[in-house]
Amino acid sequence: MSSAVLTTRAAVPAPVPRHFANAGWYALILPAFLLMTAIYVAPILQVLAISVTEPTTGLDNYERLLTNAGVQRAIVTTLRIGLITTAIALLLGYVLAYVVALASPAAQRWWLLAVLVPLWISVLVRAFAWVTLLRRQGLVNQGLMNAGIIDAPLALVWNELGIVIGMVHYMVPYAVLPMLASMREIDPRLLAAARGLGASRFTVFRRVFFPLSAPGLAASGVLVFIFSLGFYITPAILGGGRTLMAAEWIKMQILDIVRWGMGAMLATVLVIAILTTLAVFSRVVNLKRLFGAGA
Amino acid sequence: MTGGYGPGPFARTLAWMAVIYLVLPITIVIPVSFTDQRFLSLPRDGLSLRHYENLITSAPWLSAIGQSAMIAVVSTLLAVIAGTLCAIGCWRIGNRTTEWLRALMLLPLIIPSIVYAVGLYRYFGALDLLGTFLGVVLAHGVTGIPYVVITVSAALSSFDPRLEQAARGMGASLSQTLRWVILPRIAPGIASGAIFAFIHSWDELVMVLFIASRSIVTLPRKIWDGINENADPTMAVVAVLLIVLTLSLLLLDGALRKRRDA
Repeated sequence: MSSAVLTTRAAVPAPVPRHFANAGWYALILPAFLLMTAIYVAPILQVLAISVTEPTTGLDNYERLLTNAGVQRAIVTTLRIGLITTAIALLLGYVLAYVVALASPAAQRWWLLAVLVPLWISVLVRAFAWVTLLRRQGLVNQGLMNAGIIDAPLALVWNELGIVIGMVHYMVPYAVLPMLASMREIDPRLLAAARGLGASRFTVFRRVFFPLSAPGLAASGVLVFIFSLGFYITPAILGGGRTLMAAEWIKMQILDIVRWGMGAMLATVLVIAILTTLAVFSRVVNLKRLFGAGA
Repeated sequence: MTGGYGPGPFARTLAWMAVIYLVLPITIVIPVSFTDQRFLSLPRDGLSLRHYENLITSAPWLSAIGQSAMIAVVSTLLAVIAGTLCAIGCWRIGNRTTEWLRALMLLPLIIPSIVYAVGLYRYFGALDLLGTFLGVVLAHGVTGIPYVVITVSAALSSFDPRLEQAARGMGASLSQTLRWVILPRIAPGIASGAIFAFIHSWDELVMVLFIASRSIVTLPRKIWDGINENADPTMAVVAVLLIVLTLSLLLLDGALRKRRDA
């Protein structure tokens, strides 16, 4: 009998409090948690701290937001380019997502490949390709001049136009993914019913499809806009140093003129702007879906 | 399936133009890499492999490729171990705290890398990690964790938790359950995460610009210097090789996913 008790004990472990039962699983989370707090969160919190402690303690750096023309120009430029980029990327992304969502499964795979491969190609490679194409002696200008369409090369790069071309190129895939996810949830029978009831293709789109896809459109808009605010490499290369966006302005403050307080201040503003935008739109943008199930 | 409702010619045309805009500019580096000229241009009198030869005999380029590969491999290892264990723990516990923890792990995808790079520059300065292999590996590893957490969480969502309970119920320890029950089932998800974490480190430039000083020159750093100074066709060759590498990694990922779904 005692052996029977022993075997039951072995087979059914004594109930431990749930708290302790989970201890082992919490231990699995620990390495990532420690790494993330010590190597990621701590340096960022330090940036936030520097913005109110250097060169003097207080909100002096933030006061410069109201008085310093340089930082104001950087912010206005960032917002302007960010909005233009978002608008164009949303338009192109929407059309792509629309065509992909309505395509046959086999065709969908090809469309998606064309959208997703650029997403993973190095941003430097893409900037280099754009420079090759767009600079004064670049392939586009040479082609147009050889064809006799223009006499003098067009200024296609090393200005805001170049930045927008490169940034939209980077953002379109990010715009497509959330919109496509929401379009795939639209019941195709609704569209067929509307058609069957006599609506034109345009009316079906305007009255049925577009309203149902609006949440995805908003999610994409938020995502693309917050990404464009902190962009560094593409504007730095395609802007040719003449157009300063927030990220390059921060880099200049810290590496070139070593004014930590100002650089940290704009970095903090950037983080706050991004987190606020996400919080405000958290009802339409399901973050978990954007980052969790998207991959 | 769509009951006679498809995209019209207008939408189709626009979508094709968008795809051409996405894909064509990238492919331009392929003909340029075979140019017979000494400057960035299309081939004039014939194709030439001289710039490929240039690359494989150039010590600075080869050293940059080697450094990038070393950093990417080690930081991927770090991201995969930490990220996989974290995703499993969060999945198994599944309460409010772990929701927050998982959100914390995704922060590097949301916060611009310029902000992190600036912070690291100062933070690593105090720890004497600037310009060290360890410093770059830590930075790339930590920011690679989100990719692993995402893919492993996705793999776990289709894993039947009763298998884990059964294993534990029959007396398997936590590490035995992990090794024999959970990990084999989610291996394709882990591999996907590893691929994306590797690409992340391999392509990363902003952090490197701040924390690598002059002692560590990764491939993106070398390209960056080249674009700003004098871009010659060797850069196009590097671009082609990078595209080929990315494409093969994505194909590998696709093959793994197919196996997982089968």
